[in-house]
Parts: sequence; C-alpha cells; structure tokens
Amino acid sequence: MPGDALSRVFAAVSDPIRRDMVARLADGDATVNELAEPYDVTVQAVSKHLKVLEDAGLVSRSRDAQRRPVHLEAEVFDLMTKWIERYRRQADERYRRLDEVLRAMPDDEQPPPPPRQSNRGRKRGHDDHDA
Amino acid sequence: MTTMTHETEITADDKVPVIRITRQFDAPPAKVFRAHVDPALLAQWLGPRDLEMTVDYFDCRTGGAYRYVQRRGEDEFGFHGSFHEVRPNEVIVQTFTFEGVPDGVALDRAQFEALEDGGTRLTVTSLVGSFEERAAILASGMEHGVREGYEKLDELLRGTAG
Repeated sequence: MPGDALSRVFAAVSDPIRRDMVARLADGDATVNELAEPYDVTVQAVSKHLKVLEDAGLVSRSRDAQRRPVHLEAEVFDLMTKWIERYRRQADERYRRLDEVLRAMPDDEQPPPPPRQSNRGRKRGHDDHDA
Repeated sequence: MTTMTHETEITADDKVPVIRITRQFDAPPAKVFRAHVDPALLAQWLGPRDLEMTVDYFDCRTGGAYRYVQRRGEDEFGFHGSFHEVRPNEVIVQTFTFEGVPDGVALDRAQFEALEDGGTRLTVTSLVGSFEERAAILASGMEHGVREGYEKLDELLRGTAG
C-alpha cells in the first residue's frame, strides 16, 4: 500500500543519523565503512540504519559483494519533500483565504462579549449537541 | 502593518509525530481568533473553495464540541472534535477527527501571539497518534481527500509521473 510505503519513508528519515546518511549519500555513493566513519557507533549499527533506509526504498545497494556501495534513490526522497510541500501549499492557500476574511472583517468590532446568561439562570449549550 | 502575503512554514518534528504550521497575519489576535471561533467566518476560509462547508454544530469554548461536513459533488468529508481549552485571543486546544478514519485523532493547539506591528503570529501544533498516521496525513493533504492523495502517490511510486 502506498500509505505504508510513504510511512516507511517518513519513519526512515525521522532519525538524525539516517538523515545525515541520506545527506551524505546525496553527494555520491559510499560503502558501509565509509558511512560509519564519522559516527561513534558500530558498523553493525550503521548497517541496521541502512536496512531501514533500504526497506523504505530510499537507498539501494549494488550486488558487488566486495564493496556494495550504497546509492541514494533521489526520486523517493524527492517524493517525500514533494508531499510535505503539497501539504504546506494547502495550508498556505487556506491562510490566504483567511487573509481575505480578515480584511473584510470590520476593524472596530469589540472582542466577543463575556457570557451574559447570568440573568437567565442556566448556562446554555450542552443540550444542542449530544454528539 | 504591511499588506504583504506571509509565508506559511511547516515543520515535521523528529522526536514526536507533530506537524507544526506557523503563519503571520496583518490583523490583531482578537480578529484572527474571531475568524476561528465564529463558524460563519470559519466556513469562509477553512476548506478549499470547491468544497462546500456545512457546520453541523460549533460551540467553541472550553468543554464545547464541533462537527462540520465538507462536500464536493457526491463526496462528503465529515470532521468532528472537542474544544479542550479555549482562551479568547490566546489559545484554542481541540481534538480533530476525520470521520473517514474514525479511530484517528489529532490534538491541535492554535496559539495566537500579538506582534509589535499589530499583527498576529499563529502557531498550530498538531499531535497525532503515530509517525505512520502523520505520514498518511501529510500524504493525503486531508482536505483534498485521502483517495485522490493515494491515487497520485500511486502514480508517483510507479514512476509514471514526471
């Protein structure tokens, strides 16, 4: 399912080490050892992170058994940023509509008056929606 | 106050499944707040123009609740939730459920902050149940319908687009 696929991509880059690895792979392919170098973690730990990135489809590894360089699947990475951008754009469109509503609202109107039901006794409200 | 269009910023937190949206408005907090709590005003901007929004009930005060429906042709998208904390011109904390995913619920916090130029900074923080849920929300864009989102995602994942 695409929803799950995308979840894996998001989950994969939710970790700072994996995000850093993705950023470095954007400069070019690298081996596991090369990737492990800057971190204070074992090669095994880096391999685990790679597995997560691989399962998400973010990186691939060549079949070359000796080196097995890791390659960034840039399209999948772009896809994720595209979806965030799309979400951002929808929020932006919404708030542009709000800009217009705010411009049309009168300036001098007072904030909503405080509740004035005291002389009617009961607080109203709860009975008009029992959802 | 200037009359430029402000940027909408969005952040997806690393540690918790939160989406944060920040936006400035050229209007004081009282006005921006009112556009959030008056359902007639809210209906003018919340949904896309091609969706018709009907407010079922909307009682924006601490302990209140709301429900609205957005329609496009045959499609109907219902949303409901509770108002947990409402402080005029300051904050609205509410739950938010898209009825297409009834077990999913977001905890939304909208903060209205007065700026020196007379404007308002609005920060909306939306906490969902899991990273997977957040991914689904970001992917769908929600208001455009989950199906449309997945269809497009399908295409992209198949590599047929672009």
